Amino acid sequence: MEIINAFALIINYIIIPGLTYGCQLALGALGVTIIYTVLRFSNFAHGELMSFGAMTSILITWIISYFGISIFPLPTVILALPISILITISYCLLVDKFCFKYHREKNSKNVISLIVSIGVMFFTSGLIRVLIGPNDRTINDGERFIISAREFKEITGLTEGISLKLSQSITIIVSIIAVVLLFWFLNKTKTGKSMRAYSDNKDLALLSGIKTENIIFYTWLITGTLACIAGTLYGLDKSYKPFTYLQLVLPIFAAAIVGGIGNPVGAIIGGFVISFSELLITFSYNKFLSYLIPINFLPEGSLQLLSTNYKIAISFIILVLVLILKPTGIYKGKLL
Amino acid sequence: MLLDVKEIICGYENTIIVDGCNFSVKKGDIACIVGPNGAGKSTAMKAIFGLIPIKSGKVIFKNEDITSLNPQERVMKGMSFVPQNNNIFQEMSVEENLEMGAFIHQSSMNKNLKNVYNLFPILNEKKSQIAGELSGGQRQQLAVGRALMTNPVLLMLDEPSAGVSPIVMKDLFKKLQVISKMGTSILVVEQNAKQALEISNLGFVLQNGKNKYNDTGKALLQNPEVRVSFLGG
Amino acid sequence: MKTDFISEKKYINSYFVCAFLFLLVGLFQSWNVAFSILNLCLISSIMSIGINIQWGNSGIVNFGVMGFAAIGGLCGVLISMPPTLEVWKDGTAIILIILFSFLISGILIKKFWKIFVHNKHLKILLSIIIILFSLYLIKSIFIPSTNFIENTNSAKTGYIGGLNLPIILSWPIAGLFCGVIAFLIGKIALGLRSDYLAIATLGISEIIIYIIKNEEWLARGVKNVNGLPRPVPYEIDLQKNEFLQIISETLNLSVIEFSSLIVKSLYSILFILVLLIIFFLLQKAIKSPWGRMMRAVRDNEISAEAMGINVKKRHLQVFIIGSAIIGISGAMLTTLDGQFTPSSYQPLRYTFLIWIMVIIGGSGNNHGAIIGGFAIWFFWIQAEPIGIFLIELITIFLSDQNEMKLYLLNHAAYMRLLLMGLVLILALRFFPKGIIEEEKRL
Ligand SMILES: Nc1ncnc2c1ncn2[C@@H]1O[C@H](COP(=O)(O)OP(=O)(O)O)[C@@H](O)[C@H]1O
Ligand SMILES: [Mg+2]
Repeated sequence: MEIINAFALIINYIIIPGLTYGCQLALGALGVTIIYTVLRFSNFAHGELMSFGAMTSILITWIISYFGISIFPLPTVILALPISILITISYCLLVDKFCFKYHREKNSKNVISLIVSIGVMFFTSGLIRVLIGPNDRTINDGERFIISAREFKEITGLTEGISLKLSQSITIIVSIIAVVLLFWFLNKTKTGKSMRAYSDNKDLALLSGIKTENIIFYTWLITGTLACIAGTLYGLDKSYKPFTYLQLVLPIFAAAIVGGIGNPVGAIIGGFVISFSELLITFSYNKFLSYLIPINFLPEGSLQLLSTNYKIAISFIILVLVLILKPTGIYKGKLL
Repeated sequence: MLLDVKEIICGYENTIIVDGCNFSVKKGDIACIVGPNGAGKSTAMKAIFGLIPIKSGKVIFKNEDITSLNPQERVMKGMSFVPQNNNIFQEMSVEENLEMGAFIHQSSMNKNLKNVYNLFPILNEKKSQIAGELSGGQRQQLAVGRALMTNPVLLMLDEPSAGVSPIVMKDLFKKLQVISKMGTSILVVEQNAKQALEISNLGFVLQNGKNKYNDTGKALLQNPEVRVSFLGG
Repeated sequence: MKTDFISEKKYINSYFVCAFLFLLVGLFQSWNVAFSILNLCLISSIMSIGINIQWGNSGIVNFGVMGFAAIGGLCGVLISMPPTLEVWKDGTAIILIILFSFLISGILIKKFWKIFVHNKHLKILLSIIIILFSLYLIKSIFIPSTNFIENTNSAKTGYIGGLNLPIILSWPIAGLFCGVIAFLIGKIALGLRSDYLAIATLGISEIIIYIIKNEEWLARGVKNVNGLPRPVPYEIDLQKNEFLQIISETLNLSVIEFSSLIVKSLYSILFILVLLIIFFLLQKAIKSPWGRMMRAVRDNEISAEAMGINVKKRHLQVFIIGSAIIGISGAMLTTLDGQFTPSSYQPLRYTFLIWIMVIIGGSGNNHGAIIGGFAIWFFWIQAEPIGIFLIELITIFLSDQNEMKLYLLNHAAYMRLLLMGLVLILALRFFPKGIIEEEKRL
């Protein structure tokens, strides 16, 4: 019984939140990685693209709710997602056309595109605040819990409860669907393969008749889709605050770089490495151990590696360590 | 005349590398460009394929002026090119490499795939292996195979034998002869001039960006001047 | 000398525009606002000079402005505030500082082991020993001491305090200190490719901010340190001065306004002095053989290397110099604010905005950096009034009660982000060389 309680504790405080946050980071990191391999620059605007996606989801949800349509117990935003994905993709394509295309065709250094992406970041964050304001918005109008801690305790009779929020399971399920579709697209379809070919050897791809414009189009199509989904899921899980997305950029880069930037599998693994490290390092193990070893053997004081204040800093520390010690990340050199 | 290159002048930024070159390839020919390192052979090939702009001169393919077309459009017209370096997709499987070669000729892909596998059985054996893991000779075979996937009328190769053993090279040259018999004309740049001229019915010797000698392969092999200065005696 | 004069003359126009804008604000808004903007413009200019010599002269992408600025601010606190005597008397603070430096350098020194330890197993063993030992030190000394310090009169101090020296001293010291930190960071990170370096420095600066925010014993963390001593007189004292009272009357200004004007302009004079000193030292350096060498490195690293220039060492040098300058400006900013507020350090304001200044001003030219600093800070402050003006103009046909108009006016504050992004994107496209092009020098 004690051991099961210990497990329940870990599942409730580490596994479920870790999977959820990991999925959000992984989706974000995938977007960054795909831009990096195909267009060869680090896109600092990705966090704001996610925010843009979340914002359009909210706006569309308002419209849908206005007509009284609802799919309770699921949140209405699920209905809005397809439309907001389309809008986010269009925004990405416009941004590319007016900002990145010129520098790509001029063969500017990739640092210049990086700085342009900072301009896009400013512009987009301003646009979002002008359109929807800086305030907190809840997206979730569906059922809150699939199972709450109290219910779980009543059913199982354990002292430790496990709660599973609906938003968490939606995050995990939608992420799985998105990733499966992405990998199917990249590995099985002709267009997806041509994208991989382009990122692998651009000149040879051109010699084989692959058209740059098409590749760029599909790149933003995928990036916009991923950004919109990731942003919406992040907002669904927490609540939508425009400023949080800027702070998400570095953890996302951390995830992409830990996994080896340019590699989609790496991006996903990187996302989970970051999310679980944050939780494991700031988790206080006192209660967990109290289930496993006799009380008098328990060491005194808090059994926590770093205080929870440092939670987000952990992703920065991992990022910096990886860059310094092994800049190629876990999966070296593999592209798309 | 299948390909007629007339007095092309080209180079990089403000240096001129190729300074008035002429090549002509008939249907069924194996034509070979030889010359010392840095003569501008690769540059000329790139210019013929539209990978770098031409400052003056003309490229005529199947009696049509294609000087202003981009590489993709030239592929559509029936040309195909194996560059000197980076000529495969390292991270993709052998079969995916070939599929990418057939990107714009999807309809006849299966037929072409079969032909390439017949020509290079080793590629069939290793079709799901990642191309970056192949040996040097296999890579070159794959590179040629990829170029053949568009079912070209004219196949251009830039030093296909670079970095492979003499046996593999001999085998590769045999394959080139087979390809030409099947109706694809070939324009090849080679460092191993002797062996290349032996299988070619046309040869161009390039020096300092200009044609030094043009003749049949046999005649060039027997020309004492060419032998001394370009074929190592 | 003569050629110098001619080449400087080209920039005069830009400086005139700046002065004109200053006058406009002074006349139409108020002189107090004008001087507030001027002071921050000066600080921004110094920051962007710091980035400019890294990016413009060596192509180093340093996204760690925020971190260095914060360290500079921290220096301001640690130099000028009175020490918390209780925690120094029994030695707790000293032990803590030694330990803290030990922990920080322990992480950094790991990289240097390569030089001493070659055996891989030995290395791993040593790492484990060091980590365990550090954990032990943290548990047994670090946490109890920090708790002690933070609980000592926690409402007012709760930190180690400072050295009680004039705050002006913190400016050069911040430069030195940031130089040392930049040396350590540069040693481990400068080998990275440009975009990785950007991400790494951004990450490092975030970590620095996290440490400053959370280690309350150091400078009170998010509880802020208020009431830093000033290098200039206080308004209250000025207001008592009879001579100034008379002048303010003749100028037809209220005494309060006049005194704050005097304080602000004194700050301006100090800042202009610092700016001039830094500027002329750098101009001298740029014209020296050293500067020529730096440009050779930037223009072609490979051929510079072939000429026998140690590229890595040069990069490290500019990284240190640039970061030191940012540190100085960080200390100046804290001095001007009179308080140290760690949570105000945001990458948008401190890193990316400074980068926009550098790009707009024209990289590779310190005049450009100064003008960029002035222009962008001015725009950043005035974007809201400009935004409101533009909205009024566009919606001139709508009634004042029109909802859309009201909505837009309410959100005008965010126009500055939008416009700033637009400015950056457009500048990179249409004026990639910035307002002031780099001087051609041989
Ligand atoms: N991308 C390039 N940019 C500038 N110069 C080049 C480039 N590629 C080749 N060159 C120069 O062009 C000349 C000819 O090169 P190339 O055509 O590759 O010779 P070959 O293939 O006959 O050995 C050489 O002097 C080389 O330095
Ligand atoms: Mg060559």
